[in-house]
Amino acid sequence: MLPVLQVGPLAIQLSGLLLLLGFWLASVLVGRSAGRHGLEGDVLDRLLLIGMVAGVIGARLGFVLQNASAYAEDPRAILSFNLTAFAPLEGVAAGALAALIYGQRKSLPLWPTLDALAPGAALFAVFVNLSQLASGDAFGAPVDLPWAIELWGARRHPAQLYALAGSLAILLFVLWLQKRQEFPGQLALSWLGLTSTARLLLEGFRGDSLYFAGVRQAQIVALLLLMLSLAGLHLLARRCCMGDESGSSAGKAEKTAPG
Amino acid sequence: MARWMARRPHWLWMMAGVFLLGTGWILWSADPEQAAAAGTIASPHPGFAAPEFDLETLDGDRVRLSDLRGQVVVVNLWASWCPPCRAEMPALQQLYDAHRDEGLVVLALNATDQDSSAAARAFVTDHGLTFPVLLDPAGEASRAYALRAMPSTFVVDRQGVIREIVIGGPVSLATLRSLVSPLLEQAD
Repeated sequence: MLPVLQVGPLAIQLSGLLLLLGFWLASVLVGRSAGRHGLEGDVLDRLLLIGMVAGVIGARLGFVLQNASAYAEDPRAILSFNLTAFAPLEGVAAGALAALIYGQRKSLPLWPTLDALAPGAALFAVFVNLSQLASGDAFGAPVDLPWAIELWGARRHPAQLYALAGSLAILLFVLWLQKRQEFPGQLALSWLGLTSTARLLLEGFRGDSLYFAGVRQAQIVALLLLMLSLAGLHLLARRCCMGDESGSSAGKAEKTAPG
Repeated sequence: MARWMARRPHWLWMMAGVFLLGTGWILWSADPEQAAAAGTIASPHPGFAAPEFDLETLDGDRVRLSDLRGQVVVVNLWASWCPPCRAEMPALQQLYDAHRDEGLVVLALNATDQDSSAAARAFVTDHGLTFPVLLDPAGEASRAYALRAMPSTFVVDRQGVIREIVIGGPVSLATLRSLVSPLLEQAD
């Protein structure tokens, strides 16, 4: 676990700094990928910034609304710096909604935009795993193996390292595929499918899983997302590369133009 | 690759294979017993049992954390020289006053190895704090709670499990209430 930087009254957690660094580097990578997909880097930079700001505001407001009576007596506390007072799911929803609205206003094409975001998402995932390694979150299940690590009172699977290795491999694959992409949506859905596969497999080694009906919730969601990404890849590939139902004219049809 | 993926038989076989393998792995790797195991291991992380301490208060009484099982406990690690610690004490006092009858205990755990009992006593007297202030001259509790920044606040549920950790401060009364209220509503 990494220490906390105490700067005056602020206790800055290095895990949080890693997330910020990851977001910045991811936005740089997205800006560079944009041209490859026929998009402007500046527009995507703004899309990410709007999404992040809306996400932070949404996460705080979500937390405040869930605890309205506590904040009604002390509204100034809504603006406090405390990182505990955030509702992550509401933040993600608000960020995605704001990015969607901005994307529609700018008439951004869906699949090329998602393709351009995919390398950034893959890079950000690496930093999320680094952040979890620093904070000790997303820890592994107790196990007696030579490579087990001592964490939270037990020898455990180094689940954060497994996830880090997985996200690095996915990042390299996404960067490789970006240069060989055959149809719009292929990169984004491949990233989603691979990320879901990694979660499906690696969640099985986690010691902090939430359970539903005796199985790990995250694995069910990951399997559904994996199936959806495969279905999406199939449909987009058909649209791109199959001339008719029988497939007799495979490859003769024109690719769907980005945008 | 695109043409391979576009062919329906390939896709159907792949989907069926992924579904079967995925479902098999989910069932094989499910381990519901270990989900409940964390709460029995003492460690300073959400979901784990709060590390035990048995310390003397400023008044000379002793407080053992395990004796408070059945109550919601807010453990605040602080020092008198730490500005955000000083700033959040009034909120902790207000929280204690408002919810002590519902089963809330606030323990201000002074990191005495980095402070002095005299300075702690002077601060408590000046601010009229009425909740127990514990002294940790050897720094044992600070180490058990892996104190990395001051203040650090641990919210412990009625079963003795850490539910929330707030590192840094000052934490507002509204945030403290938000963290504590759901736990107070839970039955022992």
